[in-house]
Amino acid sequence: PQEPSLYTVKAVIILDNDGERLFAKYYDGSYPSTKEQRVFEKNIFSKTQRSDSEIALLEGLTVVYRSSIDLYFYVIGSPYENELMLTAVLNCLFDSLSQMLRKNVEKRALLENMEGLFLAVDEIVDGGVVLESDPQQVVHRVAVRGEDVPLTEQTVSQVLQAAKEQIKWTLLR
Amino acid sequence: MLALFLKRGHGGGSNPFQHLEKSAVLQEARVFNETPINPRKCAHILTKILYLINQGEHLGVMEATESFFAMTKLFQSNDPTLRRMCYLTIKEMSSIAEDVIIVTSSLTKDMTGKDDNYRGPAVRALCQITDSTMLQAIERYMKQAIVDKVPSVSSSALVSSLHLLKTSYDVVKRWVNEAQEAASSDNIMVQYHALGLLYHVRKNDRLAVNKMLSKFTRHGLKSPFAYCMMIRVASKLLEEEAGSRDSPLFDFIESCLRNKHEMVVYEAASAIVNLPNCTAKELAPAVSVLQLFCSSPKAALRYAAVRTLNKVAMKHPSAVTACNLDLENLVTDSNRSIATLAITTLLKTGSESSIDRLMKQISSFMSEISDEFKVVVVQAINALCQKYPRKHAVLMNFLFTMLREEGGFEYKRAIVDCIISIIEENSESKETGLSHLCEFIEDCEFTVLATRILHLLGQEGPKTNNPSKYIRFIYNRVVLEHEEVRAGAVSALAKFGAQNEEMLPSILVLLKRCVMDDDNEVRDRATFYLNVLEQKQKALNAGYILNGLTVSIPGLERALHQYTLEPSEKPFDLKSVPLATAPVIEQRAENAPVAVVKQPEKVAATRQEIFQEQLGAIPEFRGLGPLFKSSPEPVALTELETEYVVRCTKHTFVSHMVFQFDCTNTLNDQILENVTVQMEPTEGYEVIGYIPAKTLVYNQPGTCYTLVALSEEDPTAVACTFSCMMKFTVKDCDPNTGETDDEGYEDEYVLEDLEVTVADHIQRVLKPNFGAAWDEVGDEYEKEETFTLSAIKTLEEAVSNIVKFLGMQPCERSDKVPDNKNSHTLYLAGVFRGGHDLLVRSRLVLTDTVTMQVTARSVEELPVDVIMASVG
Repeated sequence: PQEPSLYTVKAVIILDNDGERLFAKYYDGSYPSTKEQRVFEKNIFSKTQRSDSEIALLEGLTVVYRSSIDLYFYVIGSPYENELMLTAVLNCLFDSLSQMLRKNVEKRALLENMEGLFLAVDEIVDGGVVLESDPQQVVHRVAVRGEDVPLTEQTVSQVLQAAKEQIKWTLLR
Repeated sequence: MLALFLKRGHGGGSNPFQHLEKSAVLQEARVFNETPINPRKCAHILTKILYLINQGEHLGVMEATESFFAMTKLFQSNDPTLRRMCYLTIKEMSSIAEDVIIVTSSLTKDMTGKDDNYRGPAVRALCQITDSTMLQAIERYMKQAIVDKVPSVSSSALVSSLHLLKTSYDVVKRWVNEAQEAASSDNIMVQYHALGLLYHVRKNDRLAVNKMLSKFTRHGLKSPFAYCMMIRVASKLLEEEAGSRDSPLFDFIESCLRNKHEMVVYEAASAIVNLPNCTAKELAPAVSVLQLFCSSPKAALRYAAVRTLNKVAMKHPSAVTACNLDLENLVTDSNRSIATLAITTLLKTGSESSIDRLMKQISSFMSEISDEFKVVVVQAINALCQKYPRKHAVLMNFLFTMLREEGGFEYKRAIVDCIISIIEENSESKETGLSHLCEFIEDCEFTVLATRILHLLGQEGPKTNNPSKYIRFIYNRVVLEHEEVRAGAVSALAKFGAQNEEMLPSILVLLKRCVMDDDNEVRDRATFYLNVLEQKQKALNAGYILNGLTVSIPGLERALHQYTLEPSEKPFDLKSVPLATAPVIEQRAENAPVAVVKQPEKVAATRQEIFQEQLGAIPEFRGLGPLFKSSPEPVALTELETEYVVRCTKHTFVSHMVFQFDCTNTLNDQILENVTVQMEPTEGYEVIGYIPAKTLVYNQPGTCYTLVALSEEDPTAVACTFSCMMKFTVKDCDPNTGETDDEGYEDEYVLEDLEVTVADHIQRVLKPNFGAAWDEVGDEYEKEETFTLSAIKTLEEAVSNIVKFLGMQPCERSDKVPDNKNSHTLYLAGVFRGGHDLLVRSRLVLTDTVTMQVTARSVEELPVDVIMASVG
């Protein structure tokens, strides 16, 4: 029943642990108004928040999802869509962010790196078409400032923060 | 120390964007005009703007335009992140701000520049702001970008081209050579995007799609995504071919079952499962890979597999029995969707003895699953009831429990549908079923369901042993509900009164109370039914209460409107109104386990109304009167993939027929002009004229018509074979430039014969109460004859042949022959050309062959004679 098409993804959504929207991009007219979108997000959050089931059929749409600390990632597609394709998009998004945030996939780190998130999603899905599925490529293309920015341009606190992160991860390893 | 870090790291969670004020952020955007540009600060402000838009904050045109123009200044900075944020802002604002095209030159520069990280995103942003007039100007760059050796550039260009197809098809289709080249790329995404674009450009050209498929699949593809796409294309082609599986297309799909990527394997398996009319043998390899996936550690894969197996089980339960063990393991899956699907699949494939256990298991977590899957459960129960009629008591109880619990409309509707179909199949469950439904409407928030059940009560209640017990439930609705339900209840009451004389006096009392209702519709119905019932005439009851109007409601509205515009002495003639097309015999329990894809319900003009309008616009057809019937499916008069493709739709009028030929010219080096289809009848039909199709350009369908008059001498000779020949003038043309020769030559092309049957002269119409209609028509023109159907061996076969041959509507579910019976009566209703009711009762007796006694009734003699003549 699935018409051959490159349009695979209906929406990419990231919610926090209160179900509040941190990021949401809808690629077709399934939920035209912000109000309808919020209701949909409430619904998927309440149905997925307490289970680690990875996949569900909600409101007639296939929803693949995963969570990390206080973040919930969702990729939405048609009920006829290949579920593994949607999972590939979800994993690419998650792994890209995980690299960009140095494995620190949580709300605070994400909010400090919103531009990275915007750019990454833009590299992964374009108007509903899967543009890239390899996280290495995505991270490479986003290339947000980080190590490559000369030290002089960073504020003292940023340098400190970066150092803390480094220490934390060496200790945790 | 470490603990402190971690605590701060994880617990903080405050959102720096939380209390952003739109006006303050836009105020901040003034920083964009400062020199030198502070890239970090500016990028952060753009992030804030994007964040606001992402939260659904609305930007006015003025606000957006102002910030957009300020942002254009940022192109002076060479900071990569800032530039990338500008591209995103351009895309987000392209639909809000005005004059966004001013950034065209900046973007074109980036797209052709040296920095590869800019080029892809620049292409995407540029295509977002470009309209079809501007596109010509950047066409050259787009073609270069498509074949660029940097994958991100090529991919961006291909995907953007795909988006542009919607508005600028004619420009983008010139880029197929470049896309063709990109399709051979080593990069997996580029290949996927290129093939996708090629398909979207060519999807109406079967031959080209076929060629593309065989070309790119011959040597194997790099990208699993591209494989999935090509599998979908192949299965679509196969579906259209609707023929043998002995095709390279099927071989290709099957070979993908051995692909190394799970995504591809699953896509192929699902494609095979979804092919129409798949045999068990063809399904077997697909089912075995799905079986393997059932034990995958990935939930998405288990889900996909069991959902697809569930689909297989609907049609081929035996093909899935081999997986029963794997499915049993999934019954306790922590993903409740997977567990539900596993159980409902087992219900279809397992034995009767396992039903009770599985039902118990599923009721333990019914409350945890979403409505979508509850519907799946209901569908499984429905299927079970058909398979094991003995189990219907257990299953009905389960349904009643579910009906009492919370749930949305789709879910409740599925339950009600299921109960109704059980009632219809098993007469012994009728009374229990009806009383539970009565209980349900006592507290039902869904108007549609309440009215539906009331309608059913009106239809079935009077036939039960104790009809009076339903009256209280129905009358309660009149007292307690809102107007739509009240109106439904009034109609139901009237049906009891029309069929049961003992109850009539009390029904009349109840209806009299409704005459004072607040609502127009309720009052009107009550007054109308009261007056009809007080006449105490069976024919009136049958015509106006038990069997309603058979005309199409929009058609009636239009005809009445027309009548008021041209006042005339003559009374309005109901026969001039087109009939409502009765639904074709229901196919039940085929629903996929995915309910409800949300779609706004459209009140579309029916197919016949569209035809009526098209034909009415042709001057030659003006005098023919209203269109009586259009044949439900066009008949192909040519093989697929011949030079010309012709399909015919038959339109029947009171004393004429119009044959509509939809022709397609599949030769790109020819233009056909003045195309007609010449027809030669075997019977008394007379060809009156041809309306030619002026020109047939390559691949653009055109239509010509042939008008014939029915025989006046022998009006019963309605069945006829026409030999058909297409005549036209050919002009050669250059496929590349479209240049056409001035000189043409006459040519003809033989088409297959066209059959006109008795069914073309009868419109199927459902009489909900056949007996009443039979009495209403009366026996003045009744005829009866007995035939032997020597070639037919079963009653089912006889029934389906008669229904198909006469094209009439089976009533009272008489198209279903009960098991182990050797006699059966089929009731058929229809309207004959000209608008007269036509009823046929066909008694069938099975000995060695089937003997059939046909009785036909109508208010005119001709329809009865036609039936007798055609059956004989």
